[in-house]
Formats: sequence, structure tokens, C-alpha cells
Amino acid sequence: MEFTEKHVEGLKDLLYRMADDLLILGHRNSEWTGLGPILEEDIAFSSMAQDKVGQSLALYEILHELGESDPDTVAFTRNDFQFHNCQMVEFPIGEYDFSLVRHFFYDHADALRFEALTETVFEPLQMVTKKFKGEIKYHTMHANSWLKQLAHGSEESKIRMQQSINELFPYALGMFEPSDYEQELMESGLFIGEAALQQRWLDVVVPTLESYGYTVPTDAAPLFGGRKGVHTEHLQPLLDEMTEVFRIDPSAEW
Amino acid sequence: MDTSARIKAILETVMDPEIPTISLVDLGIVTKIKSRAAQHAYVQLTPTFSGCPALRVMEELVRDALTDAGFQEIEVETSFETQWNTNLISEKGRAALLKHGLAPPVKHEGYIELDVLSDTPCPLCNSRNTTLQSPFGPTLCRSLHYCNNCRNAFEGFKPI
Repeated sequence: MEFTEKHVEGLKDLLYRMADDLLILGHRNSEWTGLGPILEEDIAFSSMAQDKVGQSLALYEILHELGESDPDTVAFTRNDFQFHNCQMVEFPIGEYDFSLVRHFFYDHADALRFEALTETVFEPLQMVTKKFKGEIKYHTMHANSWLKQLAHGSEESKIRMQQSINELFPYALGMFEPSDYEQELMESGLFIGEAALQQRWLDVVVPTLESYGYTVPTDAAPLFGGRKGVHTEHLQPLLDEMTEVFRIDPSAEW
Repeated sequence: MDTSARIKAILETVMDPEIPTISLVDLGIVTKIKSRAAQHAYVQLTPTFSGCPALRVMEELVRDALTDAGFQEIEVETSFETQWNTNLISEKGRAALLKHGLAPPVKHEGYIELDVLSDTPCPLCNSRNTTLQSPFGPTLCRSLHYCNNCRNAFEGFKPI
């Protein structure tokens, strides 16, 4: 079918959601570099950060081809209200239980989003998500193994993980905040839509957590806002830090 | 030798910047070679990992090697058109990884679980009595292992 302007706007919105999530969570993950509870975990979060920032670059490049500014400009010169990431990814890393649960919720959603997009009619996105799909497998395996282990670690580990699950679940649902273009994205075969993605995610995440012995607050109301540029007080300080070097000399060559 | 074959032969001498025993061709990241004139070379590369920082270096290395060989019009492009996976590493490439002390990736059918990595043979003593310590290693393409037989830590090139 012919793409109208609204289809392209919807596609750009989808790409911004994905790229901004990856950039912001990639930055947060990198904050564990040097601080992980054990060396392997330090490396794991650092590697996942590198994957996410790399993936965000590939998506910003697609946006650039669709007429948006170049990746560095997009990543380093916007203010918080111009970011389309969900609020969950912008929270500080917190304690390790918090970071692990966020990692579990987010990476399962991304794995399913990539999987769905391997069938998008927009070829550049189809190609990169086929690539990302192989990379994210290691992220979900890592998340699963820790969620499982800490459910059976000690009384304290189980309580802390459960608390983070309860705290983060409404924000996790916020990942699937509908866009203004759901209809256009679905009718054109660009994307299955946020509601369908959320259902696939629930079908994976809920039984997995229950099998580890956790309870899932499935009746919680989603906390929306991020996709429309409404953010918590945590995003702007993150952006200030991330862009500090760039702002000193925007024309510097690397 | 036609020009495309000549370009390929040149790329077989361009080594991975992080693993100097393996060429870009054996690594499987050279996905297209074209030439429309004797001095023209087009090379398409595909990233091993989206976040691989060596990618830009590889593009430069290719450009330099082709320049040295006398090509005047050189196009090097990175594309996700072909998605790289470790099954694309040639037999020669697998031997080259081993020579560098890295366990070659387990061959797979696209379905990878942690069990697959737990089965990685030790590159030093060949024992299969090894333990996966972490699927994340010093670079995105490597995993960390321990050999219970010769009691050495080793790295593997992880299957993707």
C-alpha cells in the first residue's frame, strides 16, 4: 500500500520510542561499569549497555534516512520533553534488584518487539531487527537466570526482588503506551501495535515470574507519559551528564 | 583473475583489528563485492554486533588495503542487509580463532540457550569438562569460561 504522511509519522514515532529507550537504558546500564556486585555482572551490564547504544545508533540512522537530524544531533541536543522513551528506563539504577527487574521487564519486551518487527513491511527496520534479535537473546537469558536464582537465594533476596517487581510493574506497562498512530501502523503492516505487543509480553513475563515463585500485580494500572514526552525528574540530569562532553565542543572529531 | 576475485584476495589479507589471526573474509562479514571498472571496488560489510566499535576501523582497513593495491574509486559500505551470525565464520576462520586462544563458536540452528555455551571445548587442552562463567566477556563477541580439566580460564567466541 501507499504510505501517507501519517504512516511515516507513525513509523518515526515508533523508531524514536525504540531508539530513545535503548539510548537511555544503555546509559543507565553503563552506570554499573566499575560498580557491579561481582566482576561478571559488571561486565554483563557494560556489554548490554554497549549493545543497546549500538542498536540505538542503527535506529537513529534509519530516522536520519527518513529526514531527521543526524544521530549525534538527535542523541545529544534534545531536551527531556523531546524524548520518547518510557519512564521506566530513566530511573536511576537503584539497588541491584531494581536494575535486574527493570532489565527483565524491558528486555523481554524488546525481544518481542524485535521479533514482531522482523515482519514489518518497512525493509530497513526489518533488517536491523533481524540482527538485534540474535543479540538480545543473551540479555533475556541473563535476566531470567538472575530472576530465577534470586527467587531461591535467601529470604531477603526474594523479598527485595518481589518489591522491585511490584514497584516497577506499572511502569513496565507504560512501555506499551499507545501512540497516536496505532491504526496507521497496523493497517499498513508496519507494526502489530502496542496492545498486541503488551499481550505477547504478558504471556511470557507473567508465567515466567510465577514459575520462579513470584507474584505479579497484574491488576496494576499502567503509568503512562514517557512516550508523549512527559518524564520524571530523573531524565534531564541523565541527559545533562550524557551530553556534557559533546557540549564542551560539539564539532570535536573522535 | 577478474577484479572481484582480486578484491576478495586482498580482503583475505585484512585482519580483524581485535583478533589479528582471522581475516575479514574468514570472519564472514564481507557480504558483497562488486566492481564496474578495473580501478573501482565496492565492498559491503555487515556488523558482527550492532555495538561493535571495531566496525569503523574495519572500514578504514579495507579502504587502506584497496588503496595500497592501486584502486582509485573505492566504496565501503556497512549494511544490515545480510545479518551476520557465527555460522558464517569459515573453517579456516575457526582454526584462526583457536590459534588466537579463543574457543570457536558452537555451530547452531539459530536457537541458542546457555546450555549450548556450557559445552564449549577448552582451546588449550580440548577437554569438554568446562564451565560457562558468563556469556558476557571483554568484547561483545566473547564469552568467559573455565576449564575444569587444565584449570585455566579461557574465552570463547560466542555463538550468535
